[in-house]
Amino acid sequence: MSDIILNTPLDKKQLQSLKIGDKVMLSGIIYTARDAAHKRLVALLEKGEELPFALSGSVIYYAGPSPTPPGKVIGSVGPTTSGRMDDYTPVLQEAGLAATIGKGKRNQAVIDSCVANKAVYFAALGGAAALMAQCVKEAEVIAWPELGAEAVRRLRVENMPLIVINDTTGDDLYVKAIKVV
Amino acid sequence: MSREINAEDITTAIADLAVSSNRTLPNDVAVALAAARNNENLPLAQATIDDLIKNQHIAAEQQLPLCQDTGLAVVFLEIGQEVQISGGDLTTAVNKGVAQGYIDGYLRKSIVSPLKRENTNDNTPAVIHTTIVPGDKLKITFVPKGGGAENMSRLAMLKPSAGIEGVKKFIIETVREAGPNPCPPVVVGVGIGGNFEYAPLLAKQALLRQIGSKANDPDIAVLEAELLTAINKLNIGAQGFGGKSTALAVHIATAPCHFATLPVAVNINCHVARHQSVIL
Repeated sequence: MSDIILNTPLDKKQLQSLKIGDKVMLSGIIYTARDAAHKRLVALLEKGEELPFALSGSVIYYAGPSPTPPGKVIGSVGPTTSGRMDDYTPVLQEAGLAATIGKGKRNQAVIDSCVANKAVYFAALGGAAALMAQCVKEAEVIAWPELGAEAVRRLRVENMPLIVINDTTGDDLYVKAIKVV
Repeated sequence: MSREINAEDITTAIADLAVSSNRTLPNDVAVALAAARNNENLPLAQATIDDLIKNQHIAAEQQLPLCQDTGLAVVFLEIGQEVQISGGDLTTAVNKGVAQGYIDGYLRKSIVSPLKRENTNDNTPAVIHTTIVPGDKLKITFVPKGGGAENMSRLAMLKPSAGIEGVKKFIIETVREAGPNPCPPVVVGVGIGGNFEYAPLLAKQALLRQIGSKANDPDIAVLEAELLTAINKLNIGAQGFGGKSTALAVHIATAPCHFATLPVAVNINCHVARHQSVIL
């Protein structure tokens, strides 16, 4: 199983070749956002105001890092449970968000939105947060620092290991995994 | 005769436990993960558990928390009845230790007011469970409990007619519905009996039992083994990617209950099943 190399901004044509279970190495710029940031992002979108980052071809990582120790780029930074962001995801994908990274199940609305908008959902390794931190080469808070761990951060990542959970055809690795006996 | 323990010593012990328990897995958990890796045939499952093991080494070398979710601080205090705490009150001493550990140890502060969602900024308050025991020692157990696995935990007030089959069904369904969300391979803590508030406490305490140990009651030990086998046939696997490693252990604690009730609580822990103890 050879790894698929992806670079940001993501090309939706390339995303269409991805299938569930594929292992991807992602490099480039991604943005962290959790519950509180999503609420604000969608509110800005609804008001027609500018977002802290351009959505087209972008990647959101559902993560809130631990504090950055002295001399490090970032603290531990594994994925949080994606399902809490389900209500916000389709509208962001319609506005250009190309991929989301987290862990755990998405609802049918997100899976349908991935098909309609040619977007994908990746899993990072839940709980392997010190390992995930090694892929982060630069980190900067770009919006809402008052949210602390939940602020929006711009991360430059190199070879971030990801697994395709929901592809652009509506398939779901989590559903397929439990059917294989 | 009473033995004096200074509140400041409790604060220091809690601060140390907060940091070390977030960086180092208990040995039994590490051993169980390695065994799960050796039991897998699927390349993706093997590679996934390899990365979870690699994470332990990176966390230790770089003094980083194993998981960015450094949890809500659950603190169990077993207080010898001959102990007298001096120089401050116990609850304050514990919370001072939590604040100190989470601030000095670069651990994430994840505690917010429930409705306004305002962060307390020092990860306090801890959830503290105290029991009074014989003797003149104080045993402190620190459990950083992450939100993802806690969200997948459940309590059922079953009808007594549901019986053991109803209990098994509820436990397996809870793990099945949780699927990939609580970061499998998980540890499944179960409390059967007691009452509405006691069954979940039993379930949480069951998470602390050494993996590989058997329940004292032989019938319960058989039930644990049966449930572990059934759960590992769900094919959820490490991180939900498929495979045999859905759970590392099922631990059950029981207590007598009212004859009208059959409470069952399932508390799920992620593969980063952190806890550490110290005796003062």
